Amino acid sequence: MSMSSLTTSALPSSISVRGGPGGLGSCPKGWRGRVTGLAPTEHLSIPWTELERRLLEMGFVEGAAIEVLQEGPIGRDPIAVRVDDLTVAVRRRDAAAVRVGAAD
Amino acid sequence: MNTSPEIALVGCPNCGKTALFNALTGARQKVANYAGVTVERKEGGFVTPAGRSVTILDLPGTYSLRGRSPDEAVTRDVVLGRQEGESVPDAIVCVADATNLRLVLRLVMELKSVGRPMILALNMVDIVERQGGRIDAERLEAELGIPVVTTVAIRRGGADALLAAIDRLDCSATSAEPGWREPSGTEIRATHAEVERILHACAFHPGDATLTRRLDAVLLHPVAGLAILLLVLFLMFQAVFTWAAPAMDLIEAGTTLVGETIREAMPDGVLRSLLVDGIVAGVGSVVVFLPQILILFLFIILLEDFGYMARAAFLMDRLMAGTGLHGRAFIPLLSSFACAIPGIMAARVIENRRDRLATILVAPLMTCSARLPVYTLIIAAFVPDATVAGFSQQGLVMFALFATGIVSALLVAAVIKKVVWREEPEPFLMELPDYKWPRPTNVAMGLWLRAGAFLRRAGTIILALMILLWFLSSWPAPPEGATGPAIDWSLAGRIGQFLAPLFAPIGFNWQIVVALIPGMAAREVVVGALATVYALSATGDEVGAALQPLLAAEWTLPTALSLLVWFVFAPQCAPTLAVVRRETGSWKWAAVMAGYMTALAYAAAFVTFHLSSRLLG
Repeated sequence: MSMSSLTTSALPSSISVRGGPGGLGSCPKGWRGRVTGLAPTEHLSIPWTELERRLLEMGFVEGAAIEVLQEGPIGRDPIAVRVDDLTVAVRRRDAAAVRVGAAD
Repeated sequence: MNTSPEIALVGCPNCGKTALFNALTGARQKVANYAGVTVERKEGGFVTPAGRSVTILDLPGTYSLRGRSPDEAVTRDVVLGRQEGESVPDAIVCVADATNLRLVLRLVMELKSVGRPMILALNMVDIVERQGGRIDAERLEAELGIPVVTTVAIRRGGADALLAAIDRLDCSATSAEPGWREPSGTEIRATHAEVERILHACAFHPGDATLTRRLDAVLLHPVAGLAILLLVLFLMFQAVFTWAAPAMDLIEAGTTLVGETIREAMPDGVLRSLLVDGIVAGVGSVVVFLPQILILFLFIILLEDFGYMARAAFLMDRLMAGTGLHGRAFIPLLSSFACAIPGIMAARVIENRRDRLATILVAPLMTCSARLPVYTLIIAAFVPDATVAGFSQQGLVMFALFATGIVSALLVAAVIKKVVWREEPEPFLMELPDYKWPRPTNVAMGLWLRAGAFLRRAGTIILALMILLWFLSSWPAPPEGATGPAIDWSLAGRIGQFLAPLFAPIGFNWQIVVALIPGMAAREVVVGALATVYALSATGDEVGAALQPLLAAEWTLPTALSLLVWFVFAPQCAPTLAVVRRETGSWKWAAVMAGYMTALAYAAAFVTFHLSSRLLG
């Protein structure tokens, strides 16, 4: 089972963006939930330890409340995500490393 | 006890750190660069109520001490005492946007491990209160074990609590070497957990960000958002062209008046010619563009302070991704509309070296304000002052020139990133700060610094160049009984005529070629240079005539178009090349830039000249 299908499995398939890269990267506008973990995806542009720390530094830490606020004008990419009380712009491809689950 | 401590001001981006710095120091600021790097170093001074005279350094904003970009690396190195030419700061003041405490508290934890005396300034507490947020500052002080004060940087007396805290600060026990090491992912998570615990203990509530959310629903909307972005950019260029006109007329009239006064007061001779034709006419023709430059910077500063720049980056990211760059490159490129130099320096926010290089290489293709004088002059001489569908026709041509610059910058970036380097794109992660009303004092301070920089440049480099050009254009004097304009006999005339065959295929006459030579120092000099070349080569009554009708009579339309296109691409700016060398650390990239831009300029001007000659002829 690939990593991306693992991460999307946390979402009801009806609301995930079709063909999305998985994890938070597949969440549509308006989706709310929590970060359940960070995991490398198949195609990384930078080493995982670096991407992981950048994501953590912007607040994508386990338990953080997530809401997808906006989608970019072309290809619904990037996305503007509310992470706790900060708004962060991130490309879907990079957001795929953020595993998410439904809010409790 | 240290009576004149040096304090480092640290904080996340968008935390109001610069506003606090302005509030503390007022106009007592010194802007320079750090030794060896072109990161802006802002130092200021103030005296505390107890009479301590404090030196304060405004360090670049950062989320951590990991220093992924050159700016962030400077913050880390100054804090740790590793920056060449800087002493270890006696104390650190960490500025926090009180509406957004999570990230900054992680930075505070990291800074605490450095082991310097530290104060946490909770800034913008007024906004938090208005939005219904709260934080128990006393409890936070107890939890963190450092003084915590609240500040409202933009209110008179809003930094009093911070000043008092600085007075209470004991800077004597700072002999220990600062310590810090790069945290691992696990350690960042542990710090987050600790921050979460502290925030809970302090009953933190961030307040309501509904306004930002509502604005984003429009400004980041896939259709409305893009439309607004285009409208903002279009308005900006129309404003630059129309609002500045009255002030420009005034400056022009002033220059003429000064020139005429000197002409009447002095006997005819070399000195009068130097003063009137060289200095007054030359500097005047550059200072006249100050209003346009100020309007452009006003837009850029307002959009930045309002929080819109990050939204523009969000909207443009996918388009930029098409070129292999990411949205963040949009800000340096947009700054390059004012001047490629701050634009190239702003490219430091891009972490990846190759992304940064590609951004730097294409930044000068964005139409900088120094091209405006040239565009304005030629457009005014050759494009009718009429309206098309309610828009100024001259404004539309200007817009087309800007658009050509933008499109070619994107195309060149795509070629560099995708064809030459064949790279994976860098991750795009950027905070979208809450919207805030720009503060008039901060906007004014920013404009003041920009205007000063421009005038200093006009007053020094450009003045020196105008004198050099005047000399080249008037020496040696024509022999007794010679016919034809005096400049034909001068050094400039000879250089121009020597190089003219090289530029003949793109329709440039030798006067243009002569003007392009000093124009290597700064594009706007070309206008003054043309004025000098034509004023001096004309005879009798024509000397005092305005340059604009003269050009309309002397040049054909294809020549004018060719020169406009040349200016879209040509690397006509030695300072830019010098900054590229400094930013990239080698002349190689400056040479690459000069080479590709000259080739593009020549080719594009060649095509324009021949195509328009055929179509119009």
